[in-house]
Amino acid sequence: MQNNIKDTNTDFEVKSLDAAMCVNEEEVKLPMWYNLQYLVFGVLFGIVLIKSEVVSWFRIQEMFRLQSFHMFGVIGSAVVVGAISVFLIKKFNIKTIRGEKIIFSDKTFNKGQIYGGLLFGFGWAMTGACPGPLFAQLGYGAATISITILMAIVGTWVYGKFREKLPH
Amino acid sequence: MTIIEMIKQPWPWYVAGPIIGLMVPLLLIFGNKSFGISSSLRHVCAACMPAKIPFFQYDWKKEIWNLFFVFGIFIGGILTAMYLKTDAAVVVNQELVNELSGYGINDYSSLVPLDLFNWASLSTPRGFVLMVIGGFLVGFGTRYAGGCTSGHAIMGLSNLQLPSLIATISFMAGGFIMANLILPHILSL
Repeated sequence: MQNNIKDTNTDFEVKSLDAAMCVNEEEVKLPMWYNLQYLVFGVLFGIVLIKSEVVSWFRIQEMFRLQSFHMFGVIGSAVVVGAISVFLIKKFNIKTIRGEKIIFSDKTFNKGQIYGGLLFGFGWAMTGACPGPLFAQLGYGAATISITILMAIVGTWVYGKFREKLPH
Repeated sequence: MTIIEMIKQPWPWYVAGPIIGLMVPLLLIFGNKSFGISSSLRHVCAACMPAKIPFFQYDWKKEIWNLFFVFGIFIGGILTAMYLKTDAAVVVNQELVNELSGYGINDYSSLVPLDLFNWASLSTPRGFVLMVIGGFLVGFGTRYAGGCTSGHAIMGLSNLQLPSLIATISFMAGGFIMANLILPHILSL
């Protein structure tokens, strides 16, 4: 895998890079304003993240010291609701609002999920935030988080730059 | 208590968790999109400084929904600060309060400890490590792992993906190691 990592997809979050069958050409035809719905969903998500305190550095410290159930409850119940939703979508073959088949992409294992996962875990406990919460914290007024976000972008770029030299 | 006063209180896990979980079907049904946030950082790189790096050579415009979503999270933060803010400090376990007070962290008024995360502390060793190195690790680690808490822990686990379970366990392991074994040394810097 090491020698052909350049052409191997290890990032299953970029749908247009998944198998060709997954490329949703209809998206291209949709007008730009259609994306505003995602802005609305993001607003809702941002409000939930802050009001439930899951973007609080203190709450993250509690979680990693097993001093509170709160974070585990949030993530656990989110996964349960998400899993039931995915199950129902697959079982009843639920379509999108525009009648398309809903596409799920399978992920394949690579060692990056362990090495990268550990490194992200370090960063999560240091900054008290994963990528989504960083933007919520910044919006809420923690201006210094702009430095953390900038460094997260730099970190992503450096990963891209040295990707072929890293064990996967 | 009016509804708006109720919303202003910290939300319990059994309210917040299910709403976060519902983001999964919401994005799938309204746009055939898989929940995941950290890839937005990759799109920013691809859009702003691809530098001929193969990893950033793709049509990021096809993934622009992700940037709208992330911008929405930012706006959500602003709206919460404007209309749904409480003055009450976050209430955490007393053991944590005692421990942090030993490092001079006593301000619980914000999402992040203002004793650590402020412009002046950026030039102190511990502030630099937490903000600069910490931020770097979030970006580097999530992309190396191919996702973050949303993409792996929530979307991936919801879709019963074993690699996502491995990634989630690794996130947690990394967090436990950092918070319990390394962070005390960083805070003592």
